[in-house]
Amino acid sequence: MRYIDEYRDPKIAQALVDRIHARVTKPWVLMEICGGQTHTLMRYGIDELIPQNVELVHGPGCPVCVTPIEVVDKAVEIASRPDVIFVSYGDMLRVPGTRCDLFRVKAEGGDVRIAYSPMEAVKIAVHNPSKQVVFFGIGFETTAPANAMAVWKARELGLKNFSELVSHVLVPPAIRLLLNSPENRVQGFIAPGHVCTVMGYWEYKALVEEFHVPIVVGGFEPVDLLEAILMLVTQLEGGQAKAENQYGRTVDFQGNHPAQVIMEEVFEVADRKWRGIGAIPMSGLRLRPEFAAYDAEKIFGLEMLEAEESPECIAAQVLQGLKKPVDCAAFACRCTPEHPLGAPMVSTEGACAAYYQYRRHAASLKCIA
Amino acid sequence: MSAFTLSCPMPMVARDHVSLGHGSGGKLSAELMRDVFLPAFRNQTLERLEDQATVMLGNTRIAMTTDSFVVKPLFFRGGDIGSLAVHGTVNDLAMGGATPLFLSVAFIIEEGFPMEMLRRITESLGRAASACGVQVITGDTKVVDKGSGDGVFINTTGLGVMPEGVYLSAGEARPGDAVILSGFIGDHGIAILAEREGLEFDSPVESDSAPLHTLVARMLQTTRAIRCLRDPTRGGVSSSLNEIAAQSGVGILLQEETIPVRDEVRGACEMLGLDPLYVANEGKLLAIVDAAAARELVSAMRQHPLGLEARRIGTVTESDPGWVTMRTTLGTTRIVDMLAGDQLPRIC
Repeated sequence: MRYIDEYRDPKIAQALVDRIHARVTKPWVLMEICGGQTHTLMRYGIDELIPQNVELVHGPGCPVCVTPIEVVDKAVEIASRPDVIFVSYGDMLRVPGTRCDLFRVKAEGGDVRIAYSPMEAVKIAVHNPSKQVVFFGIGFETTAPANAMAVWKARELGLKNFSELVSHVLVPPAIRLLLNSPENRVQGFIAPGHVCTVMGYWEYKALVEEFHVPIVVGGFEPVDLLEAILMLVTQLEGGQAKAENQYGRTVDFQGNHPAQVIMEEVFEVADRKWRGIGAIPMSGLRLRPEFAAYDAEKIFGLEMLEAEESPECIAAQVLQGLKKPVDCAAFACRCTPEHPLGAPMVSTEGACAAYYQYRRHAASLKCIA
Repeated sequence: MSAFTLSCPMPMVARDHVSLGHGSGGKLSAELMRDVFLPAFRNQTLERLEDQATVMLGNTRIAMTTDSFVVKPLFFRGGDIGSLAVHGTVNDLAMGGATPLFLSVAFIIEEGFPMEMLRRITESLGRAASACGVQVITGDTKVVDKGSGDGVFINTTGLGVMPEGVYLSAGEARPGDAVILSGFIGDHGIAILAEREGLEFDSPVESDSAPLHTLVARMLQTTRAIRCLRDPTRGGVSSSLNEIAAQSGVGILLQEETIPVRDEVRGACEMLGLDPLYVANEGKLLAIVDAAAARELVSAMRQHPLGLEARRIGTVTESDPGWVTMRTTLGTTRIVDMLAGDQLPRIC
């Protein structure tokens, strides 16, 4: 299959592995930002192929994982109302809120539906004029243009029964936060290819210069990630710090202009809380005031809910790359995909779930529970 | 603080209500079996947890199984709920090595269901039964209020006889055995999903729904060194192999590059974020066989129209008991886990 097979080719991968081994002389700590990249690294065991002194830590780029528990609680509250059809991307349904997840709401009779695109929710709103249709608009810059387009379209159609519960987050402010942390260990970043397809990578220039840290935009197949790792260690060994692009088949410097325009028209930058990390200034998107009529938080007048996280969950350290999922005492014992204590175990793209799915094998032996 | 005094506010999502995941064939289904059904019905035959029960009736060893069909849409490329209700049950009998003979059919129909559709489904079911050489000898009809069902649900129970000397069981896999797969995986699940979600492909994927009993008969004629057969329906290849690994107390190591997946199915899975190893099949089987007989068995299977793509995909191991692992195309090893519930389409 084109665009897949050549990027999973064992010979090409091995050649890259050999070049990485030849290039590396010192220990380096690299972080891949995106959960999709974490998933590929674990699935293909790429950390086993590269030199032992190149450590991969897993970043905060799983949109499901970083959505605050309070927002999940709001989703649960809205979805439980009898006059509401609640529409969401599939992997948000199993994320535990304080009381329950959206699957539970569905089991209790709530009308909760999975969609592949927010435009499906707009269609549902057109066909169900007596219901309030609410789309769960979460994610990084990747999903923002489509989520913006749905709101824009709803306004164009004059819909009175469509809204979005928005909790969008942005990648560059999260990288800045990590780099500003006194505990930071990360020396090079693999930037998320899908986000950069929309945004380009001009935003990373400033970070590279300010922090003298190399950032390489990477794809999602094994060969993509090995090539990105090679580009990073080449820069690091040479004392360089540049913003480079490995994922040239979809990403260019400026990104997708029409997508950025619709985002800009519908959303504005705002402070956001990240689950497991905390509040990051100007790190997210919210609907602009002129789209307030499509803002589910305003329509349903939800109070700011207070929520508690499991005290045992070390998601905060995992999402900042300070600890590995297997360092958690609850991993694969009290925290599993069936009974997650925290969000990184819920989404298949969460770092804990990736370790659980592909690696717990050895780790679970220490689990006495 | 003891490890179990959690002050955690996270709900035990799966415990107090039935969720869709309980019907997914994954870990939640196994939990339901272990915690609710087995304690209520406890007996040796049931506790073997095979796809079919085998019991002595006089001097005859018979096999019995039952299955309910709730597929949506009712008609899909490659089949419909009627033919599926025959194939599913015939295959559960066939996986024990039984010759299927009789079926019962029970319909639960929602008030207002179009008679013409019921007729089409019934005719299809009848045709499928004749083609399999089984007779529908009893049945039942219930009609429920509008809104209390979803069109039509069908339950079929199958009866068959066991050939002399055939004892297949998921508990019989031994280290060194070969793992054989009869053909392309994921066709049924993707065909259904495509229909449901309006996905279109250059060459549309058809469900592989088919009766496997004649393929099984040919396999048993070829060798008696087969330890176990499973049809990887809901939960896919991964769930079936995990069950075998757990019940036999062995490891199973797969070779990624040997597992056949059609390009269309791969493409759909890539796009939706699904893994074909977890996608349902309705006309494929997995066989665990003594490695010495593997080659002969694969050639025999390839002589049968439903086994043209049969191949060896892995080996039963002494190491890693209870685990299914996979040697990836890059030469590394990873777990092939049993999913908790259904696969969820990912966000981006």
